Amino acid sequence: MEINATQHPMDKYLRADRIPHIWCPGCGLGIVLNAFLHAIEELKIDLDKLAVVSGIGCTGRIAGYINTDSYHTTHGRAIPFATGLKLANPEMKVVVISGDGDLFAIGGNHFIHAARRNIDITVIGVNNYNYGMTGGQLGPTTPLGARTTTTPYGNIEHPFNLCHVAHAAGAVYVARWTVLHAVRLKNSIKEALNKKGFSFIEVIAACPTTFGRRNKMPDALDEMRFYREHSVIKHGIDPAEANIEMGKEIVVGKFVDIEKPTFNDAVEELKRKVKKK
Amino acid sequence: MKNKGEVKFWNGSIAIAEGAIAAGCRFFAGYPITPASDIAEYMALRLPQEDGVFIQMEDEIASIAALIGASWGGAKAMTSTSGPGFSLMQENIGLAAATETPLVIAEVQRAGPSTGMPTLVGQGDVMQARWGSHGDYETIVISPSSPQESFDLVIRAFNLAELYRVPVIFLTDECVAHMYERVVVPPKEEIEVVERLKPNVPPEEYMPFKPINDIAPMATAGMGYRVHVTGLTHNEKGYPMTTSPEVQEWMVRHICDKIRRNEPKIRDIEEYRMEDAEIAIVAFGITARAAKAAVKMARRHRIKAGLIRLKTIWPFPEPYFDNIADSVKKILVAEINYGQVKLEVERSVHGKTSVELIPKFGGEPHKPFEIYEKIKEVKNGN
Repeated sequence: MEINATQHPMDKYLRADRIPHIWCPGCGLGIVLNAFLHAIEELKIDLDKLAVVSGIGCTGRIAGYINTDSYHTTHGRAIPFATGLKLANPEMKVVVISGDGDLFAIGGNHFIHAARRNIDITVIGVNNYNYGMTGGQLGPTTPLGARTTTTPYGNIEHPFNLCHVAHAAGAVYVARWTVLHAVRLKNSIKEALNKKGFSFIEVIAACPTTFGRRNKMPDALDEMRFYREHSVIKHGIDPAEANIEMGKEIVVGKFVDIEKPTFNDAVEELKRKVKKK
Repeated sequence: MKNKGEVKFWNGSIAIAEGAIAAGCRFFAGYPITPASDIAEYMALRLPQEDGVFIQMEDEIASIAALIGASWGGAKAMTSTSGPGFSLMQENIGLAAATETPLVIAEVQRAGPSTGMPTLVGQGDVMQARWGSHGDYETIVISPSSPQESFDLVIRAFNLAELYRVPVIFLTDECVAHMYERVVVPPKEEIEVVERLKPNVPPEEYMPFKPINDIAPMATAGMGYRVHVTGLTHNEKGYPMTTSPEVQEWMVRHICDKIRRNEPKIRDIEEYRMEDAEIAIVAFGITARAAKAAVKMARRHRIKAGLIRLKTIWPFPEPYFDNIADSVKKILVAEINYGQVKLEVERSVHGKTSVELIPKFGGEPHKPFEIYEKIKEVKNGN
């Protein structure tokens, strides 16, 4: 059967031959991808000078759909890969898009050190509270009490507050949105892309298939409704006060926006100094 | 001995670092580990002078990941490590092999297993250098026996990495890395440096993983080719094909065969007194120096011994040994481990001659007379 579809205005940003994507119905990743592509469009970023790096997992597949230099690396290692890429080729705008498990469990160490060094990259961390691709196991952000396939009696671990981690580690830009806040998310991505240094955006995303249905939100709309009823925008709040708990309010907004010399600047400065001698 | 060029008094570590810079290395990421830290320290000093980037990462996993990123960023990149750090790098060595990413890992071997004897020499990482990551892939492994060779061969390591788009492991050892000797640095114009093959077709025609004579031209970030690179099983376009048996077979055969097919070209072996040898000693790295002295002792006592020194260990020169097995009565393999290269030699001679190991334990190199004693014992047993 032949399908005659007219071209979508965003097609140029996607590898059309890679669509359809692998994500489940109701998954929040489509909204994240959409917000990212619109941010690129509005900023008129040259696709030839943009590199997207991701790790492993559902979010890790984003890199493969974007029509730019894109790198799907090993589990947890997107950030050090991006670090090497950015340092070797400073002209590139380098964005890491990966999931909570990839960035904060197996790759947690790299996240804090890249933030500490203030590597000039943007990290978009999609937080769906669980390991979706492997079947819904406990992740580093799974709220206390939540049911996952490896916490059948409810989670007994304290989760990370990702924005607090990013802030404490030294990120110059920290924001959190849910996939309900599509436009605010896009605007935040634009700010982060324009920011020099290590910028971080947490996106709370629905995962009805492996998380929602085990936690009384079997439908993506249930999760969206929850975000609408429970998210509160508090710009500039100390991220330490923005913990996420089951059934409680989700604090969103831009928490951190500061200036700090980047590692890349320091490297260039060092080269100049050493060469003078 | 080389004479033309500038004479330096360098240890093996400095020679590796300077050789890397001469080969065009402008990115180094590493993590401190004995006895390999000297290379990182020297690179930290030298790279900024050469407009290069040095970064100390948070661990060895990050170091190798940064190397792969830097290589896709267009740089020639190196790291240095020792056994435990090398173990941590293995998953990403698989990524480098699967994504055909050129890079060089200088591995200064110490005595293992585990934390082992950090300050003392070992040669126990031969198999890890070949088989450390999961799945089928190939690497190239080079072993120097002196500071001069550390300089010369690390340049070759970079050249082979670019030529075959493969991670190359520069497998040295604590002794060679710490040993100071005369190193002659040839004039820049006499150093052969291989540059990365870049595509010259328009982006819409470019197939990033489709080999032309074994190797696909490599489009790095920012060249406008918008390449997708993944560790998933991928086709010539670079797209994941995770359920296609045909693509998996094609990819695995390609990343292995491009090295296997070219083994004779990659092979680098030095023979010493092998012309009429009845007993051949096989050795590499620091051990080859003791073995050479042992061969000289044997010759003084009219024993027809010779040395086969492996400057490349992987891909293993199987046809070479199959051939040599026809002319020698006995092969002795001296290595600072409990038998690794010995297994490969044994496999390669197809039972035509007997192969025996001269192992060494305790974190020190063989003494020449220990190897000589073994030669004598074998001779008397004949």
